[in-house]
Amino acid sequence: MLMIGAATAQAEPVVIGSKLFAESYILAEASAQLLESKGYEVDRRFGLNGTKIAFEALQNGAIDLYPEYTGTITEVILTQPDLKEPGEIRNALEEIDLQLLEALGFNNAYAIAASTVSAERYSLRRISDIPGAPPLRIALPHEFMNRQDGWPGLLQHYGFEREADGIEHSLAYKAINADQVDIIAVYTSDGQIAQSDLVILEDDLEFFPDYLAAFLAREDLDSDVRKIVELLSGRLNDRRMRELNLAVLDPDASYAEIASGFLLEEGLISSADRSRTVYDDLLRNTQRHLKLTLIALALAIITGVGIASVVYPHRRLADAFLYFTGLLQTVPSIALLALLIPLVGVGQTPAIIALFLYSLLPIARSSITAMLAIPPGYRQVAAAMAMTPGQEMKFVLMPLAMPHVIAGIRTAAVISIGTATLAAFIGAGGLGDPIVTGLALNDTQLILQGAIPAAVLAILTEILFGFVERSLVVPHMRSSARPG
Amino acid sequence: MAASYGPLIRAEQEQSLQMPENAAELTKICLRRGDVTALDDVSLALPAGQTTAVLGASGSGKSTLVQLLIGLLAPDSGTVTTLGSPLSPDNLQTLRKRIGYAIQEVALLPHMRIRENILLPAVLSDWSDEEQDARLTELLQLMQLPDTVLDRYPHELSGGQQQRAGLCRALMLRPDLLLLDEPFSGLDTMTRRSIHEQFLLMRQSMPITTVLVTHDPEEAIRLAEYIVIMRAGKVQQFGRVKEVLERPANDYVRELCTGISGTVE
Repeated sequence: MLMIGAATAQAEPVVIGSKLFAESYILAEASAQLLESKGYEVDRRFGLNGTKIAFEALQNGAIDLYPEYTGTITEVILTQPDLKEPGEIRNALEEIDLQLLEALGFNNAYAIAASTVSAERYSLRRISDIPGAPPLRIALPHEFMNRQDGWPGLLQHYGFEREADGIEHSLAYKAINADQVDIIAVYTSDGQIAQSDLVILEDDLEFFPDYLAAFLAREDLDSDVRKIVELLSGRLNDRRMRELNLAVLDPDASYAEIASGFLLEEGLISSADRSRTVYDDLLRNTQRHLKLTLIALALAIITGVGIASVVYPHRRLADAFLYFTGLLQTVPSIALLALLIPLVGVGQTPAIIALFLYSLLPIARSSITAMLAIPPGYRQVAAAMAMTPGQEMKFVLMPLAMPHVIAGIRTAAVISIGTATLAAFIGAGGLGDPIVTGLALNDTQLILQGAIPAAVLAILTEILFGFVERSLVVPHMRSSARPG
Repeated sequence: MAASYGPLIRAEQEQSLQMPENAAELTKICLRRGDVTALDDVSLALPAGQTTAVLGASGSGKSTLVQLLIGLLAPDSGTVTTLGSPLSPDNLQTLRKRIGYAIQEVALLPHMRIRENILLPAVLSDWSDEEQDARLTELLQLMQLPDTVLDRYPHELSGGQQQRAGLCRALMLRPDLLLLDEPFSGLDTMTRRSIHEQFLLMRQSMPITTVLVTHDPEEAIRLAEYIVIMRAGKVQQFGRVKEVLERPANDYVRELCTGISGTVE
């Protein structure tokens, strides 16, 4: 496996992942553009929904690298929170065939921040200054208030008591800017910090673990690729990352532009690559979307109609099969995708399997129902004409069942086109890609770049199936011709 | 025995030479369908070249009897001999090509035009276009169907026309045995009368052994030479029409036959 991976690294595109938030997108995009400027082909699998999915993707080779944080690595991936030294972390990662590239230079840890006004008023510079101050208005995210590595642990570590109120993370900045609270908890690279008048209190007793950003990669990552990505190492600090994160909040700026701006400023690339246009993305996403849907649909048609034609004469078998496919339908799509990851990894395979399973019910149900609904007289006459099973299928069963079967396939196709947008969560690409990214970055324009073509595809599918029905079914037997 | 029949016998003159005296025989047939005894120890020998009506109320087992003759059902015990051969999975398909079958529902395939429906048995038997056309012309004339129906779909035809087309299809391969399962029951009285006339004319020109299932005593007497009266899976009486009318075997038969003159459907 390792040998094959190393040997094909040159020819195969470098597959870069990102998690589902702006900072991860910017970092991943910066590495992608850097590699592209050096002539590498890059496959972007951005917006992976959570550490677990991103990590699984890396482990089974669906992606080659993605930006991660040391704290997350020790807490979630290695589940060894005691590891602090980068050397120790590297050793532990090596055992599972992963490597941590040189750190990018900033820390995205929890921190305690005070408004500049309050900091001056109460002489707050360090967390240790809090107990000496008069009662303060403290607002913290709900999760932070309950985590041992959050507020309770901090109070214990510093040895003081203070009351705090819970607040939504996004509202905390508004509250402190309006001078409604004195102290909030933040992530050190939050873009809003740059925009707000805040002082980050020094963690003088070193309570908060580091969340140093660095690319996490497969052991077999090509060494030249590694060297190029490590050109980014040490180029960022908390302040610079905050600026970049803040820039993404501007609805007119895309994360790709922000990444290329950063690379230009650092002199890592000579000109922003403008070759990737909206239309290229649209074409690529649409192609991928169609590919996922068509493969899944074709498999579901073969399996659904095939199984239906075998089981329909046996009532119990047909019922059992329909119950089974019905049960599959009740599994939420995101849950189904997550269940498939340990079995087949991430990327296109689990997406196709999930879409296949969802398409099976409408196709199988309509086929079985259609064949059961054929009046027995037709089958008696067919048998009396000495038809072979193949002739009966061709001249009697299929033509009579066709309108229902087509309706079932049509339903499955439209459902698939909708569901396929979720495939982006597990790195399968498609029109869900811009939607997922747009949602993560709060970029309406980006959401529409996925949503509109997906809707158009669904409508085109309806029209296409209208044509299919017209060419395969005589007018008086079309679904539109039947009342109800 | 079965080998002496070719896969297809198209020339009508061959029929009479090879036709055994009894075109179909049922021997000690018992058949249960679910919890119901459909046929209870039935033995019958249907005479060749004649029309035998199978008369009875619904549930008497009369349709079951015809479905046995063409192998759509298999008996629990007893033997079925059709056109001289005991039915078995080996000769079933060969024998079916020599049997015409028409039912009350007609079951013309709704996605095919009438032409295709009537010709389907010939297409399945790989007849040449010339043979198909010639036979089609013959049958249309026989059944008094105008050419104009050929390009229509079944639902565009009247009930009587559909049933005539169904009979054309059943007769397509020049069968040696014609099984008719209440083909005239769904028709209005006027249409039924005219199709009865056609049937009798057809029988004159083509003396095919015919089994006609019906619940209508008048129809049975009008169209058949022999009559089988069924009740609850048992044969009540079997004989020439005249015999049955003159010497009913039991009260049930007598009642059935005395009602004839008053029967108006």
